[in-house]
Amino acid sequence: MADLRTDFIGIKSTNPFWLASAPPTDKEYNVVRAFKAGWGGVVWKTLGEDPAIVNVNGPRYGAIHGKDRQLIGLNNIELITDRPLEVNLREIKQVKRDWPDRALVVSLMVPCEEQNWIDILKRVEETGADGVELNFGCPHGMSERGMGSAVGQVPEYIEMVTRWVKQHSRMPCIVKLTPNITDIRKPAQAAKAGGADAVSLINTINSIMGVDLDIMSPSPSVDGKGAHGGYCGPAVKPIALNMVAEIARDPSTHGLPISGIGGITNWRDAAEFMALGAGSVQVCTAAMTYGFKVVEDMIDGLSDWMDEKGFTSVDQIVGRAVPNVSDWQYLNLNYIAKAKIDQDLCIMCGRCHIACEDTSHQAITSMVDGERRFEVIDEECVGCNLCVSVCPVENCITMDAMAPGSIDPRTKKVVEKDYANWTTHPNNPMAVKDAAE
Amino acid sequence: MTQTKAGPDISPGRLPRDAYAENFSDLHPLLEPHEAQVEADRCYFCYDAPCVQACPTGIDIPQFIRQISTGNPDGSAKTIFEQNILGGMCARVCPTETLCEQVCVREVAEGKPVKIGQLQRHATDHYMAGHDTTPFNRAAPTGMKVAVVGAGPAGLSCAHRLAVHGHDVTLFDAREKAGGLNEYGIASYKTVDNFAAREVDFILSIGGIELKTGMRLGAELDLAELRATYDAVFLGVGLGGVNALNKDNEGHNGVLNAVDYIADLRQTDDLASLPVGRHIVVIGGGMTAVDIAVQKKLLGADDVTIVYRRGQDRMNASKFEQELAQTTGVKILTSAQPHALVVEDGHVNSIELERTRTAEDGSLQGIGEFLTLPADMVFKAVGQTLVLDDLDASIKTERGRIVVDADRKTNLGDVWAGGDCVLGGEDLTVTAVEDGKIAAESIHAALSGQAQATAESRENTHG
Repeated sequence: MADLRTDFIGIKSTNPFWLASAPPTDKEYNVVRAFKAGWGGVVWKTLGEDPAIVNVNGPRYGAIHGKDRQLIGLNNIELITDRPLEVNLREIKQVKRDWPDRALVVSLMVPCEEQNWIDILKRVEETGADGVELNFGCPHGMSERGMGSAVGQVPEYIEMVTRWVKQHSRMPCIVKLTPNITDIRKPAQAAKAGGADAVSLINTINSIMGVDLDIMSPSPSVDGKGAHGGYCGPAVKPIALNMVAEIARDPSTHGLPISGIGGITNWRDAAEFMALGAGSVQVCTAAMTYGFKVVEDMIDGLSDWMDEKGFTSVDQIVGRAVPNVSDWQYLNLNYIAKAKIDQDLCIMCGRCHIACEDTSHQAITSMVDGERRFEVIDEECVGCNLCVSVCPVENCITMDAMAPGSIDPRTKKVVEKDYANWTTHPNNPMAVKDAAE
Repeated sequence: MTQTKAGPDISPGRLPRDAYAENFSDLHPLLEPHEAQVEADRCYFCYDAPCVQACPTGIDIPQFIRQISTGNPDGSAKTIFEQNILGGMCARVCPTETLCEQVCVREVAEGKPVKIGQLQRHATDHYMAGHDTTPFNRAAPTGMKVAVVGAGPAGLSCAHRLAVHGHDVTLFDAREKAGGLNEYGIASYKTVDNFAAREVDFILSIGGIELKTGMRLGAELDLAELRATYDAVFLGVGLGGVNALNKDNEGHNGVLNAVDYIADLRQTDDLASLPVGRHIVVIGGGMTAVDIAVQKKLLGADDVTIVYRRGQDRMNASKFEQELAQTTGVKILTSAQPHALVVEDGHVNSIELERTRTAEDGSLQGIGEFLTLPADMVFKAVGQTLVLDDLDASIKTERGRIVVDADRKTNLGDVWAGGDCVLGGEDLTVTAVEDGKIAAESIHAALSGQAQATAESRENTHG
């Protein structure tokens, strides 16, 4: 059985699954329940200065539902903890004492003044917590007051605050990044420059979940008005994966530990984040949707998969897919794939046909010899994968690579075996020319 | 085995009072909104969808299901009504398992089709609960008059479509109420809460349709007179006659036509007042046989046996109907045919049956083995016939049905026909609706051409 124990920037946990700083980690009661359920660690919901902030007393969450009201995306306008600082610190201390083998990181957000950070760091240190996470990501409410994502959107501020934290505390420091920015590498570089031990991402994405068309108010509506909130859940996972990968493969941040966050719902999601460089993962929406029990399958699933693949420790997965994250210009233009429809699996819904016919390359039949039948026309297929994407039957349509040396019926050209990309393509005005020319 | 008894055991009110409401409640209760949503989400929105091809009225099924899933049930109902103004009844009675749902790609994929019929009912019920009128407006009056004879599914469909096109329709029916088999024939648990009558009101709400009941072709109505009075005539008269067993003693008490009993059942205010035998034998293999058998069982008969002369796979009743019968407790005895009706004191008390087999050439043969079933009531459900005497002799018929072309036009230039009375039909509500719709379009085209010709000739005269 694979060893799931994790050492992330010196913070040890029984497994890489942490609960993210959010409502599930606001109180001792919830955190103890989480640890009993098997979570490897938590990032305690963000602490601020007294007097405690207040929350709206109307709806804080809004959701996007898929089929059968499956929760695909969640947004929230909840702020940082609304409990007194003293209460939180006392509980943190108690929990860490009771659960020494679990990671307990404390999320922090105070105004951008050095003294404010000095004050709170001192108090957190006294709890015996394993580390701190700087909340530079929260996109709503606190950002209007110059905190949260208002800091995370200015790399200079990130670097400045991170430096203060490292200067005034011996605790490991994770900087939590906001995705509400054009280039995620900049804040990550700033965090590293400030001395951060790690970054965690993504925080939630600015969003309006919908509009109540009866009252013409954004939803969720608080007495007829709505404010943008932070979007999370399965729907944001692809955005998060990209941002994690960008940091993992950027030469200036490569090797900087990453705690991956964003729509992780099961072990496979977690493994994907880890493959792209996350040394731990943080979960929130899945727990808020299904309860803490979801961690059981995350642990079993990851362990079983690792056994199956022959991995014995988490370190062996982390970053394993990073070398294969490339730029478009380096993709092999000589790789030629054609869609293939398994007629035994085909249920004749015709979605591949109409998608291709209406919106793409007219490469799938709807009739063959007067019979309803969907077949790929290799002469037209560009291998785009749209049919695979819209087919409701798994593995019914596959993309088959053409063998080098064969003739592509579309271009009538031989499939070259050698790798060739855009940088050397004749159509590229910027192509690297042969020195002899 | 016959059993000794003192006369037939027939009595009303065999069940406790409250059992009737339960036994005759909705066969498929309306889907709850969330159920409908989940079911609608199962639809793949197929290209050139097989379900549409399989629907005799060509309803755009993926479209109406999508409209349910996007929260537009009224729009969904309009999509249905555009092709089938009796979409509400068809949602209840269509044998969807042999039509749209049989070819649903999810039936192919996983043996669980999208519940198209129940979704259709969800949409149409939603619309009818919120609207008193159909979603259509009449075109400007054409001044043309059309007689529609028979206010069953075919006639109602035809009348509605003609009214939409601006023609004035007189809708005749022989019975007291409009609706035809929807009102008098279909099993009660498929159309509860007086739905058939409500649907008739809904259809007539389009305006321009005058309903005249108690008018039977061949009695109060004469085809030649109708043709003289109206610009066009549509015949949707159904099948007024009932096939006989052609056995001795058929005229005795307790030997009954299934359709007559079902009509009584549908019209009664008190199911407990209907006479019910202890032992029931139903002869036939179609929907009517199942309808009478199941309903007799639900009324409290001890044992009900459907006797069908061929194998079960040859029964006209759909598999779903056969299973409904069997799960209700009806026994289906196949490969047996009536041999003799045994009568005592003027009343049937049992039926002798002969076992059969199908020869290689497909013909049915008695094999000389006999059995007897006790029977307080024997129901005949062996098919219905068109009463040819009621028609004009000049109308072309074949094999006892009216011959029509693809436009549902008869050999008479101004007479169209549809529903069960025409040759080649499938004896389904939904095909009758389609016949009425096609005929209406054809009548409209003919009358429009006629109107144009009149206008042109008038113009020429003046010019």
